[in-house]
Amino acid sequence: MILRAPSRRLLLAGGLALAAAPFPARATPEAARAAMRAFAGGAEPRRGRVELDIPTLVENGNAVPTVVRVDSPMTEEDHVVEIALFNERNPLPDIARFHLGPRCGEAWVSTRIRLGDTQTVHALARMKDGSVWAASAELIVTLPACIEG
Amino acid sequence: MSRALVSVPPRARRGEVVEIRAMVQHEMETGFRPLPQGGFVPRLILRRFECDYDGATVFAADLHPAISANPYIAFRLRATRSGELVFRWIDDRGAVREERAAIEVA
Repeated sequence: MILRAPSRRLLLAGGLALAAAPFPARATPEAARAAMRAFAGGAEPRRGRVELDIPTLVENGNAVPTVVRVDSPMTEEDHVVEIALFNERNPLPDIARFHLGPRCGEAWVSTRIRLGDTQTVHALARMKDGSVWAASAELIVTLPACIEG
Repeated sequence: MSRALVSVPPRARRGEVVEIRAMVQHEMETGFRPLPQGGFVPRLILRRFECDYDGATVFAADLHPAISANPYIAFRLRATRSGELVFRWIDDRGAVREERAAIEVA
């Protein structure tokens, strides 16, 4: 609650004050791309096989329900090894990395994430054969996380 | 001690894929929250989640500050043998919180 005053001042003062305020730098789409490139490890992410289920209109950025499902038989020979979530406008591009294997039976994860702004969220999945598949979702955040602490 | 809630079906058929849910009480302090006198509240988050079952770590997650407070993680698991699932959360300082739940596989 002690943070209410600065946040209101920021809102009123607009963009210039925001830039000068003692807030950490935001991630950029470039930082997100770099993080995704590092995850892909040389593979070119392809669209498909990954389903990212996240609300397109977020009222509360502090806890955004997020589900990722990947089309995979999850056998010893052919399964999802890792699922990663990235964002473009939080202070850091990484959200989470999930490590899976054939014993999961299905490539499905559900969590709740923080989003500091209206932005695009990306889900990437790496398969055992090294191929990387991707999906993304653009969403609008009306009450961003972290503004009032 | 923080509260942890895990949801594991008590019984499953061998080979059945079941849903596992885990939530633990934690602020997930991002390190990006400004203090009134300047500077930021120091970061303290759970950075790792693991689930062991039937002799191996079957699911794990690396968490970042963008994971909500009181982290909730759900995933699927193939029931292979009766036994215990061990859930582990590890914070930035290496402190470990563990929770266990039994599953009976017929």
